[in-house]
Amino acid sequence: MSKKIVVFGEVRDGELRNVSFEAVAAAKLVSEGGEIVAAVFGDGSLEKAAQELIYYGADRVVTVQNETLKTYTSEGYAQAALAVIEDEDPEGIVMGHTAAGKDLTPKLASKLDSGLISDVTSIEVAGGNVVFTRPIYSGKAFEKKIVTDGLIFATVRPNNIAPLERDESRTGEITAKEVEIKDIRTVIKEVLRKSTEGVDLSEAKVVIAGGRGVKSKEGFEPLQELADALGGAVGASRGACDADYCDYSLQIGQTGKVVTPDLYIACGISGAIQHLAGMSNSKVIVAINKDPEANIFNVADYGIVGDLFDVVPKLTEEIKKLKVNA
Amino acid sequence: MNIYVLMKRTFDTEEKIVISNGRIEEEGAEFIINPYDEYAIEEAIQLRDEHGGEVTVVTIGSEDAEKQLRTALAMGADKAVLINTEDDVEESDQFTTVKILEAFFDDKEYDLILAGNVAIDQASGQIGPRLAEKLNIPYVTTITNLKIDGDTAHIERDVEGDVEKLDASLPLLVTCQQGLNEPRYPSLPGIMKAKKKPLEELELDDLDLDEDDVEPKTKTIEVFLPPAKEAGKVLEGEIDDQVKELVSLLRNESKVI
Repeated sequence: MSKKIVVFGEVRDGELRNVSFEAVAAAKLVSEGGEIVAAVFGDGSLEKAAQELIYYGADRVVTVQNETLKTYTSEGYAQAALAVIEDEDPEGIVMGHTAAGKDLTPKLASKLDSGLISDVTSIEVAGGNVVFTRPIYSGKAFEKKIVTDGLIFATVRPNNIAPLERDESRTGEITAKEVEIKDIRTVIKEVLRKSTEGVDLSEAKVVIAGGRGVKSKEGFEPLQELADALGGAVGASRGACDADYCDYSLQIGQTGKVVTPDLYIACGISGAIQHLAGMSNSKVIVAINKDPEANIFNVADYGIVGDLFDVVPKLTEEIKKLKVNA
Repeated sequence: MNIYVLMKRTFDTEEKIVISNGRIEEEGAEFIINPYDEYAIEEAIQLRDEHGGEVTVVTIGSEDAEKQLRTALAMGADKAVLINTEDDVEESDQFTTVKILEAFFDDKEYDLILAGNVAIDQASGQIGPRLAEKLNIPYVTTITNLKIDGDTAHIERDVEGDVEKLDASLPLLVTCQQGLNEPRYPSLPGIMKAKKKPLEELELDDLDLDEDDVEPKTKTIEVFLPPAKEAGKVLEGEIDDQVKELVSLLRNESKVI
């Protein structure tokens, strides 16, 4: 049965995040042939972002441009989102499971008295139901969930549902909507950019993670160089964070982030069960560790037994050579 | 300050997950306070010590959760509330949980409600924002620093690695992220005192709710384990050759670079 689905896209630094295109693809699956209406919010021009959403599969796009929407706030974005939902009266809503998605969607679901299936990694239609698969216990297990009453509302984890092919021949209506945004009770004073090279850990295709074996803050430098060479992001185990070698925002594991990149390179990480929970669903895992008995080798596709300070710079060199020759 | 903390009892992070009869086997598993909720409890205690007032820790579950509530009391919380749904609620989701919490908070006065930013079992991260919406108070998720100054909270939050500094007005709900504080271990005197601290038990009836009011909107139809990851190939030879081989494997065999 075809359904109309609203997708909330996310613009960061003027660009749509890749997960927004993945959300459109997810919405296509949920819609079973129904209309996909994407919405984007911001303070600047949203025309380009709207056009991209159409190229990636949205049938129509609603933009809400307002100076209060410059930076994400739950109250500002919720007012814009609810105005769109009221206009469109959709049967489903999809958004990326990002910082903004995690913050906004529960508020919307609560307001709409609906369910919300968050952090979805795959979607199928079976037995007349849209079935959502999502990790639980940080990926130690998975569950399949359905909506039994009301809106089909879901957030999708970055890097799991492939976006549709970009098609510039696609056309669709782009409508600018005016929304009056008021009564904001939280005021953002400042945003300190700490993330490296603009590659976000949860969306990165390649993650280079360091553990206690990295030994110091400076020890992360060769990992960052390898990450830069591969266009990836640096992550860490709890051990490295607890030892103050890096910020907690880099922590991967049962407490910390759960990542599912195409390539995960674990450097000097022993592989405690809590860490494995956060990364073992990565597509390809490489372990570099001095200790041949380290548990990380049990989940690694490829392992090198050796000193990361010897192996990692050599790996970076080889990758650079490859990129030059390519 | 009147401070409430939302707490969940979860599997210990060390536990392996076993599925029997289509459900996650809880028999024999160790349970703990959800690690993110520990940050919330610690922060609540510190704020109370600084500003005065009372910390009440609330959980929904069965009698088994009394143990985690006592631990929270031993850390320094003043009161605990168990909303026991064992007999009334068979299936639940985040809608259910928040419906119950909304009813609980209906006649309460609160300046601050703290919760973990996510529970490590179901990991929905929905409860805090959903409850704030129902109580019509602002919320800030994934906080890493909190200072209260009169009716204003000065907050730092983690946004995918960036730090956002913001101000919010009380009453407020916040969800706690790693890095906020170092949760204390209960002290022996703390454990002794906790035995005498009030632990109130409520059921749906006490909140003027019945089973129909808390009927979930979603349902889990299957639980399964991911395919076991097999140990792969440990390379051999000189490190330089291993590195070359690895790059070749990543490029040609697994095609990820």
